[in-house]
Amino acid sequence: MAEAAESPGDRGRASPRPLMRDLKAVGKKFMHVLYPRKSNTLLRDWDLWGPLILCVTLALMLQRGSADSEKDGGPQFAEVFVIVWFGAVTITLNSKLLGGNISFFQSLCVLGYCILPLTVAMLVCRLVLLAEPGPVNFMVRLFVVIVMFAWSIAASTAFLADSQPPNRKALAVYPVFLFYFVISWMILTFTPQ
Amino acid sequence: MRKLRPPRSAHTTEKQQNRQSNSEFGDAATSLAANPDVTTISIEDPGETPKHHPGPPRSPGREEDDELLGNDDSDKTELLAGQKKSSPFWTFEYYQTFFDVDTYQVFDRIKGSLLPIPGKNFVRLYIRSNPDLYGPFWICATLVFAIAISGNLSNFLIHLGEKTYHYVPEFRKVSIAATIIYAYAWLVPLSLWGFLMWRNSKVMNIVSYSFLEIVCVYGYSLFIYIPTAILWIIPQKAVRWILVMIALGISGSVLAMTFWPAVREDNRRIALATIVTIVLLHMFLSVGCLAYFFDAPEMEHLPTTIATPNQTVAAAKSS
Repeated sequence: MAEAAESPGDRGRASPRPLMRDLKAVGKKFMHVLYPRKSNTLLRDWDLWGPLILCVTLALMLQRGSADSEKDGGPQFAEVFVIVWFGAVTITLNSKLLGGNISFFQSLCVLGYCILPLTVAMLVCRLVLLAEPGPVNFMVRLFVVIVMFAWSIAASTAFLADSQPPNRKALAVYPVFLFYFVISWMILTFTPQ
Repeated sequence: MRKLRPPRSAHTTEKQQNRQSNSEFGDAATSLAANPDVTTISIEDPGETPKHHPGPPRSPGREEDDELLGNDDSDKTELLAGQKKSSPFWTFEYYQTFFDVDTYQVFDRIKGSLLPIPGKNFVRLYIRSNPDLYGPFWICATLVFAIAISGNLSNFLIHLGEKTYHYVPEFRKVSIAATIIYAYAWLVPLSLWGFLMWRNSKVMNIVSYSFLEIVCVYGYSLFIYIPTAILWIIPQKAVRWILVMIALGISGSVLAMTFWPAVREDNRRIALATIVTIVLLHMFLSVGCLAYFFDAPEMEHLPTTIATPNQTVAAAKSS
């Protein structure tokens, strides 16, 4: 992603895409996830920058500190990263093997962007954890995570379900449910040191 | 004079489907829905399973046909299994044949694994020379997370009152659970298949299973452990062991009834030893998971943790 705006005079060399335009495209897709409508934007102009940003943010917030007990703590940065990308690839392969009409990168794009509500939930949980611990604290976090989980599932199903033959929709949607459930579980059980 | 259209073979229908998948998102779905008959005009062997029928579930009539076809018909089954996978193994279509199941078929197979009926063979009745990898793979994935999450929850609830307990998510146990479960779901069928092939060379068996059918049976037989793992959260030893017995009974009987016809022609001792080994391995899996992922509910600790706050309160009051 590069530097100056295009100028009509520079036809000789290849003009790089301006940074702001890419960021705007990513932001527009975020809006499409937050307010899911029947729209093809996520699928037509897929990109993987948004999922990468979200995945890195989530992994940074979820990782345990290196000072803790190595044995039984939460996931490391690399583990979260691998779970998200490996999970998304597996779901995409599953969808294509079942006969889906969606392309590989389109599916990765949708799954990655629909992690946005869960990333928001992680931010909220981190803030809530700054207050004193207790059952109320846990209830608030549980409520936020459940709502965001439902939002993620609704957003991704809206985009993905139509690409499957009608008698296999449930088979393609179930792994998505499992994927976001595992991520929600990791967010809910995050305990700071 | 009208030119006769040549019959469409299965090959052109696949090409058509690929072309449709490259077109615009909205169009693909509508054109597939609008022209189901276009993709299914084909002259194929009557025995070959039609791949492009997105119609309503045909289970009642289909089950009847399958019952008539299905008793001890391993020759025809092997032939059909050979005919089905016609694409070379380096193409994507080859692997798509292992995911050629509809939602209702997966549900039927899961139901079959939960309700073992004596005399009804799971493979003959439900798999019908269409073994799928969807069920085994996703049932194992769900089981991995069910065991890891339930174990974590159960430990948390058991140690809830203790002052020295600090909750940890125990994330490493997920990878351990995944290794154990996937290894069981692939290696045990592999060794069982190898063993059955070896015995087949010595003793002529009427019934023989392909490797994928064995993987399929094992995968679906693990389904009962998902609700069992969730119920293992209850911190009562008796409840947990009763659950182990029930789950082992159901899935063990599915496996035993599936593999008994494959070994009954053999030497009686070997046949019995095979069935006993299958059930024993299944038992080791469940008991091992219970022991490793779920802490023992220490009944003696609960009264003391309830007593100590009272004592401290009493001590505070008296001072």
